[in-house]
Amino acid sequence: MGSKRTSRRELIKGGGALAGGFTLGAVAPALGQTPASDHASAHDHPMATGSHDYPMIPGSKDLIAYGQRSHFVTSVRIAHPMGGRPSPDAFGKVFHVASPLQDSVGVITPSSLHYVATTRGSFIPDIDPKEHTLMIHGLVDRPLTFTMEDLKRLPSVTRLHFIECAGNRHNGRQKTVQETHGMTSCAEWTGVLLSTLLKECGLKSSATWFVAEGAEEVKGASSMPIAKAMDDCLIAYGQNGEPLRPQQGFPLRIVVPGFEGIFNTKWLRRIKVVDRYLMNYSDYGHLREDDEGAALGYQIGPKSVITYPSGTQQLPGKGTYEISGLAWSGGGAIKTVEVSTDGGKKWNRAEFKMTPQRMAHVRFAYQWNWDGNETELLSRATDEIGQQQPMLAQIAEFFKKPVGYVPGLNNSIMPWKIAKDGKVTNGLA
Amino acid sequence: MGSLKLAAALLLLGSPVLASTALAQSAPTYGLGRVPSAEEVRARDINISETGEELPPGRGTPKEGEKVFTLQGCIVCHGPEGVGGVGPKLKSSTSQDLPIWRRERILPLRSPFATTVWDYINRGMPLGREGTLKPDEVYALTAYLLFVNKVIPEDTVLDEKSLPKVKMPIGEGYARLPDWKPGTRRLEGYPY
Repeated sequence: MGSKRTSRRELIKGGGALAGGFTLGAVAPALGQTPASDHASAHDHPMATGSHDYPMIPGSKDLIAYGQRSHFVTSVRIAHPMGGRPSPDAFGKVFHVASPLQDSVGVITPSSLHYVATTRGSFIPDIDPKEHTLMIHGLVDRPLTFTMEDLKRLPSVTRLHFIECAGNRHNGRQKTVQETHGMTSCAEWTGVLLSTLLKECGLKSSATWFVAEGAEEVKGASSMPIAKAMDDCLIAYGQNGEPLRPQQGFPLRIVVPGFEGIFNTKWLRRIKVVDRYLMNYSDYGHLREDDEGAALGYQIGPKSVITYPSGTQQLPGKGTYEISGLAWSGGGAIKTVEVSTDGGKKWNRAEFKMTPQRMAHVRFAYQWNWDGNETELLSRATDEIGQQQPMLAQIAEFFKKPVGYVPGLNNSIMPWKIAKDGKVTNGLA
Repeated sequence: MGSLKLAAALLLLGSPVLASTALAQSAPTYGLGRVPSAEEVRARDINISETGEELPPGRGTPKEGEKVFTLQGCIVCHGPEGVGGVGPKLKSSTSQDLPIWRRERILPLRSPFATTVWDYINRGMPLGREGTLKPDEVYALTAYLLFVNKVIPEDTVLDEKSLPKVKMPIGEGYARLPDWKPGTRRLEGYPY
């Protein structure tokens, strides 16, 4: 740097590098690499100096109306390899789309990058919210139909919750964390508690289950226990400070905190209160032969994954790194996360970047000094009801099955291998 | 004044009756939402449960279903007899005699209830024209697909009475979900 004092220009440049340096590893070397021009330092004014250092983005009507990320940030979703079906397919149907966790910071998944899944591969309905209604009927004193306007007049809550697809299963063939774990996302959801609506309808004492049904072409529907409805289900119209995105159920969805993704019915049009488990098409996929498989099939266990460093990333050299990742559980808030930098021999307590919320991603980190030797990085989460994320071998041992047997959603520990040259690869490979 | 007093007395007398009604039925707090008509509920309530009580009247046989399968274009995506098309297989290509858990996941064939098959065809097919099949066509297609999967004989007539009685291959051989309560672990005794 040519100038003796820290100028505003340099501060601006530093900030720009931080915001634009999306891959964490690239941030440090990028800082301060651009030599300051002596000519520019004569004008200690951000507009004047800025125009000498980098091109400007001219304001346009569109950019004023609705902002855009930097063209230097190129992180995108991908069709999830699970099931081998393309998204979009030849007809424009969407099936499974994974979020780029390797580039994530903090806990909120931007709405444009939230993972997407549909019950069988669907077109995304284009619903006019003025026409949309939610009907609640069945074992209630008063069946009621709510317009979107009605719902927004009722007492609301705003909560952080993750949603994870049951297809989020990591294996040795996947390369990046987007492929291994990208079918989970976390957003700030705003809406009315389902319990508020059910009290308004008057729940009959015989009510034990409810069905939530969507308005997409297959009218995807799932059965859930009424105890869950009265505990914390959210009828959401807001996501990350704006209305839901169409891919997330615009104008209305149910958020069922901690239950597998498919229960979180999008384009919600109907709730039927019943006195028994109704076998809907979406439920039929949850049928299992054995009790253990069935029991593990709907509430998500404690899970965590290191997002940096993760598969296909490159460590520039030995020295200090902030190992960073996400942890979540369907059983409540995350209580602790431990990180191992030696393949699981020693576990170290990670720090949280915010207070862990119930059924929400929490960002954890552990400061690590890499000695340049080959090793394996692991993370392990424990939730507030004492459930701990298992190793694959522990699951196999518990069920007396070969390693790799994981009933229900796969919440086993994910290893990332670090090679001597700093290459990061899937430790299950 | 006298009449006002009388009205007040009548109100007081009447109130226990009102209160007991209110106890039997919960009262709304916010008074929002509109009570849908029975017609509106019927139009939107497409759930068919295992008792079949929600089924519309109608009938169909495997033979009729085979025709509908061609006429409605199912054959284009699923292939003849439900095999070999670009769409999901509707008949096991290995054997219809394997135990159900060892077979591929086709149709809702593993469902303990034939009503699930009817419900899915009714709500989810054909692609792009979902919900347009007439009840008779749905009964016929259900009969045809259950026949090619060796669940029912060819001379079966399926209607709103007989469909819920079809014995599905899974029988009672499936796990029931445990009771879920807030704060419960995923599986009792599972350390993780």
